[in-house]
Amino acid sequence: MGVIMLLYYVITAFIAGLLLWNFACEKKSVNDMILYLLVLIPLVLRLLSVK
Amino acid sequence: MTRERWIKSILAVLAVLLMLAGGLPLARHRHAQVPVVAGPGVTNVIKLSEFLPALRGTMADTNVYVLEGQEPGGKVLVMANTHANEPAGLLAALIMIENAVVEKGTLYMIPEFNASAGRNTKPGDGYPLYFDIPTEWGHKRFRMGNRDASPLEQWPDPDVYIHYPDRQSLSFNDVRNTNRTWPGRPDGPRMEQVTFAAMELMRKNKVNIAIDMHGAETMFPVTNCIVAPIKSSKIATLVSMTVKAMEGFDNHVEPSPQNFRGLSHREIGDFSDTLPFLLEAPIPFLDQPTGPKTTQLLLDGKDAFLLSLSKKKKLFVPYDENGWPMEKRVGQHCSVTLEILKQYSKKNPETAVRVRGVPKYADLVKNGVGHYFHDPSKAEKKSVFYE
Repeated sequence: MGVIMLLYYVITAFIAGLLLWNFACEKKSVNDMILYLLVLIPLVLRLLSVK
Repeated sequence: MTRERWIKSILAVLAVLLMLAGGLPLARHRHAQVPVVAGPGVTNVIKLSEFLPALRGTMADTNVYVLEGQEPGGKVLVMANTHANEPAGLLAALIMIENAVVEKGTLYMIPEFNASAGRNTKPGDGYPLYFDIPTEWGHKRFRMGNRDASPLEQWPDPDVYIHYPDRQSLSFNDVRNTNRTWPGRPDGPRMEQVTFAAMELMRKNKVNIAIDMHGAETMFPVTNCIVAPIKSSKIATLVSMTVKAMEGFDNHVEPSPQNFRGLSHREIGDFSDTLPFLLEAPIPFLDQPTGPKTTQLLLDGKDAFLLSLSKKKKLFVPYDENGWPMEKRVGQHCSVTLEILKQYSKKNPETAVRVRGVPKYADLVKNGVGHYFHDPSKAEKKSVFYE
């Protein structure tokens, strides 16, 4: 794995972490909770080397 | 538990279920193996990474089946699944691996040239993940791949792919297209490494002929043809005329454009002594104005929209109610490949290549593709390889 690809995986993990954090902190809006989880799915699939 | 926590728990469980429902079939597809029974002609199976160690252990590494004849002669490289969504080439290559016997010369067969693309999918276009070919011993299952390698092997794509070494600007995703990354370089992006390794195979083994088997849309002018640069055009023309006269199917010759870089039929000829040929068989499945992209459409090539367009003369191949079935496409690849070897051998007796056991167009149309595949459960374990 090249350095740039590795950095992209790090960025992906960071954004996935942010989304999880936002999901955990969201208190009222169910729409936002769903949105955070939906955006999270492709990032997790990429981190797991699935797609 | 508070109401908020209940909602979050339910949503999290739903998200995990959604991830599993979407991800598991894709993960299974990426790791699915297709057994191949090496036929009596296979003398060795090596890895492409032998020609570039950087590929070793990656999903881009792939099997190279060597079929060496008793008598020394010319050397031929046959590649399929350069575009893994054009599977007629893959089936033709596997038929050759399972049945061909080389009497003179050597064949190098790479059935999954873009091995990563063969494990990539195109869910956005509704591609099926697999297709089955009926055989006398059951169904043989193949992965349906994508045109480009998976980003899991090579990420990110650039905004524009600058071809090496010509510096021509190509589409961003062509950086993962192994028919745009020729001749490649050892320290370039992964797909440039794949094409570089194949160039090394050809240069080190002094390969005389390279054949790259593809499929093209019926609405695309470069279909049902042999694409050849000037140095291969004489043989290509003789092949085209012979298959028309002797076997009854059209396969015209298209010149390889000098100013369009990165293609196998261009760069192999320019960067080695090898004569390149790219074979295109029509594949209605890839045309845009069709019905759903089903395995049935992939196998029989029958589509009502294409039929209607054919009547309006919008297609570049003859098309009727019979569609363009897989056995015709695979048969064309087999016959054209055999004819290239024959015509080359006539002109170059010192490096001739003689092969027997490979079915021709008429045989495949009569018996079907599955007739030529052997049952891996009944074969000796040492002769079963996985793609």
